Amino acid sequence: MTSRAAPTAKTIPATQSTALPAPLSRDQLFEIYYYLRLTRTLEERLVALYRQSKVIGGLFRSLGQEGESVASAYALERGRHRDILSPLIRNLGSLLVMGAQPVEILRQYMAKAESPTRGRELNVHFNDIEKGYLGQISHLGDMIPVMAGIALTFKLRGEARVGLVYIGDGGTSTGTFHEGLNLAAVQRLPLVVIGEYNHWAYSTPPEKQFAVRDLAEKAKGYGIPAVTVDGNDVFAVYEATKLAVDRARRGKGVHFIEVKTYRRKGHAEHDDQSYQPKEELERWARENDPVDRYVARLLESDLVNEADLKEIDDRVRLEVDQATDACVDEPLPAAETALPDVYVDPPAADKLWFKAL
Amino acid sequence: MPEVTFLEALRQGMWEEMERDERVFILGEDVGAYGGAFKVTDGFAKRFGESRVIDTPISEAAIVGAAAGAAHMGMRPVAEMQFIDFISCAYDMLTNYVATARYRAGLATPMVVRGPCGGYVRGGPFHSQNPEAAFLHTPGLKIVYPATARDAKGLIKSSIRDEDPVLYLEHKWLYRRIKEQLPEGEEILTPIGKARLAREGKHLSIVTYGATVWKSLEAADQLDKEDGLSVEVLDLRTLSPMDDAAIMQTVQKTNKVLIVHEDTRTGGIAGEIAARINERAFEWLDGPIMRVTAHDVPIPYAPTLEDFVLPQTEDIVKASRWLAAY
Repeated sequence: MTSRAAPTAKTIPATQSTALPAPLSRDQLFEIYYYLRLTRTLEERLVALYRQSKVIGGLFRSLGQEGESVASAYALERGRHRDILSPLIRNLGSLLVMGAQPVEILRQYMAKAESPTRGRELNVHFNDIEKGYLGQISHLGDMIPVMAGIALTFKLRGEARVGLVYIGDGGTSTGTFHEGLNLAAVQRLPLVVIGEYNHWAYSTPPEKQFAVRDLAEKAKGYGIPAVTVDGNDVFAVYEATKLAVDRARRGKGVHFIEVKTYRRKGHAEHDDQSYQPKEELERWARENDPVDRYVARLLESDLVNEADLKEIDDRVRLEVDQATDACVDEPLPAAETALPDVYVDPPAADKLWFKAL
Repeated sequence: MPEVTFLEALRQGMWEEMERDERVFILGEDVGAYGGAFKVTDGFAKRFGESRVIDTPISEAAIVGAAAGAAHMGMRPVAEMQFIDFISCAYDMLTNYVATARYRAGLATPMVVRGPCGGYVRGGPFHSQNPEAAFLHTPGLKIVYPATARDAKGLIKSSIRDEDPVLYLEHKWLYRRIKEQLPEGEEILTPIGKARLAREGKHLSIVTYGATVWKSLEAADQLDKEDGLSVEVLDLRTLSPMDDAAIMQTVQKTNKVLIVHEDTRTGGIAGEIAARINERAFEWLDGPIMRVTAHDVPIPYAPTLEDFVLPQTEDIVKASRWLAAY
């Protein structure tokens, strides 16, 4: 299943065939475009809110990685009690595909009382297991064992469901990544792992992170079938993920897909990216933007015209406007709502004595 | 009534819960065909099958993480740490992921992490530890630490049924040393969060848990015989949430309190108990709150060293006399 054709920062594919390779209907092609555009537009809105100090904490962009996020999630079965994925900070697109609402994302970033975590957690760190997404914690790698446990439950119950979990190039250096991958491999769990090689783990480049060329080599070390694909080619990511998901669903165990991509913004919005070569950034933006490439393929196919896409762009902008208007003036949570829900019993932590003075 | 050991009581508790609830399953190292390093799960794989008694790689973080994922999905995993000393390998997973899940994300994580802890068995630095203090400091985890066979059974059953993650600490020195008559056919469920008055007394209170409950009872017998001192012994049973009411009650009764634990001293649970007594029952005290604990060193191997480092019955006797005379 190995492919060595993946582009790196220095090798970007020059030509592509005009036929659309994946068996996707016209509606599906539009739906994928919708999620790509929604991801990008929503993040742009978050930047505006960040600059107005309405976003309380940091802002994390997935610019340049929307293709792999949306395409991989799109390969899953969606709906209540179907497949479950665990997104990372740069998988906003995956979360949206699984049914998270823009207003939920906005409320999370702005720490609103009505946010899915009621102001307790940040950004994309929230979940709806019935819809099929489990938010990450900040400790990279931890979601691999947790998703292995979810996939184990599918296996124990004999359910034809699949788990999908993301890990960044930096995250593959953690112990939990290796422990989780190995446990999942030994148990032949229905789990698909997407290794996102985006070239920068905060400021650390791959050569300081690991001594293998491809993340896929790490997975192969555990006996896991692994492929490397062009992460900015929506069709390639979708096809590879679909194949892996289908195989996992048929009881063929864990699969690893390495997506070669590039992080075009800093680690977070505050980061000036001084360590990223300017010409490298410019080249990826100019020649290898996943949305641009997807649009070009659609337009070449004759199935889609520019007016169709413009209509989706307009719809997305309206949705993001409406979501923003719906929540931007909402209150933060009341202070004492910090105390309940550490446990079921006792129902709330004690309020400390000096608060009553 | 048949007499059962602490270990057998624990086995019975898990067995009954697995019979009762098909969502309960066990995962850990060598728990399946081999039946666990101490044979706690001996026979389980044969009865319940390999899918409910899962042998894992040596990966404590993955064991705890996978248990958490399964718990989110409505399963009731019981994860075994082969020796509780190795729970530190899963510290991140327990404290950051598991303990915070309900609060940060509304995720139910009903799971038990259990394993043999404690010294007095010449286990050396890595097979003798008591890890409770590290986890007491983490909101979101419950910690139970039974001292009797009845509570070994009753607390494992309650832990498995609890809606939140529970750390179940089982003292290996008690495994086969403690025996108790337990009625067959009676459902034993020890409530989490409730201490047990192990011995009534009026001159001095010992607040303790785990193996040192037995050493404290031994000391109390000796003090009664040799000194005519009436010593009350409170077995906490649950460390988180702690039974403050029971602690304050015994302090108000005897007005002198000695806290005894096997764990090392600095940052140990005795400090927390002392602070609570100071805040809530200061005016009831007729003497300083004193501690008998392990010395602040790793647990050494040689009998002469281990016996010196860990609290012994004689230490409790001497400390009690000192405090009674205060």
